[in-house]
Amino acid sequence: MSRLAGLQCRECEQRYPLQPIHVCELCFGPLEVAYNYDAIRAAISRASIAAGPWTIWRYRALLPVEDEPLVETYAGCTPLVKANNLGRLWGLRNLYIKNDTVNPTFSFKDRPVSIAVTRARAFGFDTFACASTGNLAAAVAAAAARAGMRAVVFIPADLEAGKILNSAVYAPTIVAVSGHYDDVNRLCSEIAEKYRWAFANINVRPYYAEGSKTLAFEVAEQLGWRAPDHAIVPTASGSMFTKIWKGFQELYQVGLLDEPPRTRMTVAQAAGCGPIAAAFARGAREVEPVKPHTIAKSLAIGNPADGYYALRIIRETGGWAVGVSDAEIVEGIQVLARTEGIFAETAGGVAVATAKRLVDAGYIAPDDTVVIYVTGNGLKTPEAVADRLAPPVTISATMEAFEAALVRDGAGAAVVA
Amino acid sequence: MAKQRVKLTFPPELITQPVIYNMGRQFDVVTNIRRANVTREQGWVILELSGEQPEIERAIAWAIDQGVRVDPIEGDIVAG
Repeated sequence: MSRLAGLQCRECEQRYPLQPIHVCELCFGPLEVAYNYDAIRAAISRASIAAGPWTIWRYRALLPVEDEPLVETYAGCTPLVKANNLGRLWGLRNLYIKNDTVNPTFSFKDRPVSIAVTRARAFGFDTFACASTGNLAAAVAAAAARAGMRAVVFIPADLEAGKILNSAVYAPTIVAVSGHYDDVNRLCSEIAEKYRWAFANINVRPYYAEGSKTLAFEVAEQLGWRAPDHAIVPTASGSMFTKIWKGFQELYQVGLLDEPPRTRMTVAQAAGCGPIAAAFARGAREVEPVKPHTIAKSLAIGNPADGYYALRIIRETGGWAVGVSDAEIVEGIQVLARTEGIFAETAGGVAVATAKRLVDAGYIAPDDTVVIYVTGNGLKTPEAVADRLAPPVTISATMEAFEAALVRDGAGAAVVA
Repeated sequence: MAKQRVKLTFPPELITQPVIYNMGRQFDVVTNIRRANVTREQGWVILELSGEQPEIERAIAWAIDQGVRVDPIEGDIVAG
């Protein structure tokens, strides 16, 4: 029996073969990869995983690939950092940071994109594409380079030059589209419909999305094959959030966890683009689309495709959803850098700030195992902290000038003023 | 002949208005509904519009002008 059962509609459960399609023909619901978990359980063990490569393909048995050659981008298997300093500051003894700043293109997007490009090449596409303002574009362009495929990236025409550089360096074709965000959105949907190109998060989305499960698989393995008590996840479309929960559940289903996961899944959003957090606060079942206004650009999705499913998971798991201010985001970036030496982009700052809100609300017990997902590198959003950093002390090249700049703090140690 | 699949989201004040019926009357498009839901706060309908592409675009522009959100069924595709 094959590990992969096909594609299935999340709404009406209609089944489809494994093709580059993402929409149910019957009800227009989203398609998801369906697995034969019995077949996977028979083929997988903690030992077989430990013998695997030190990348996302370690968990190949639970990923939607068959016999095709894998595009190995060396994504994944990122550090799970025990945050003793930050934990001490907050009164938590088991606080961890899942540090995805160190992926090949410096965000977690390398995970789902590696799966998408592998499947796209296997399906016979010669062009790999996406519409993105940042992390996804870089991941797609780099993965296409590794896969020997052409890359086309659609960006809003007003994107800053620095952001374009992060993707342009891998030499994709960049198409800058003028118009409102909604117009760019609709155009890309139409192009994906009309041209035989693999759009990472459109027509190969069911495969793409599965890559985020590795964020759960790795954390569980790194914790000694157990799920954490809390997972705090920066959330844009809701895809990563829903797949992390799915990942923990699948590990139990195939016998890799001894107990069902009881992780409380918390959505971390910016107040300036927090449609899921707003729906949660209202007690609503449906998410109302918003117009994004936040420094957390990588989370600026006003109409999250997985919003409904994310809300359900928050409530099922006893989690929470928070929208934090821009000031809290910047403070989150800085406190993480100051205490643990990790430089997160604004999305990571959102997650840290959300965790602080949970701690302040008494929602986390001191011995709870808490994992904060830091999904992108701070070098992607240097403008968020550029004005907040202490300037250097400037002295002339004499010992006298240096010693004049010294002051004694209360503890009697010498510090430079 | 073109087809476009969209999600229309209605604010509370438009939920009881026959927007889709009026769209079909005013524009040469066929509206084919697949899923829908109405709550106190919003209504949404997922449907396929069929017709000539320019006419579909005019129908969508009209709906937006009425106060309806029109999005691809995939939600926001332009990712971070």
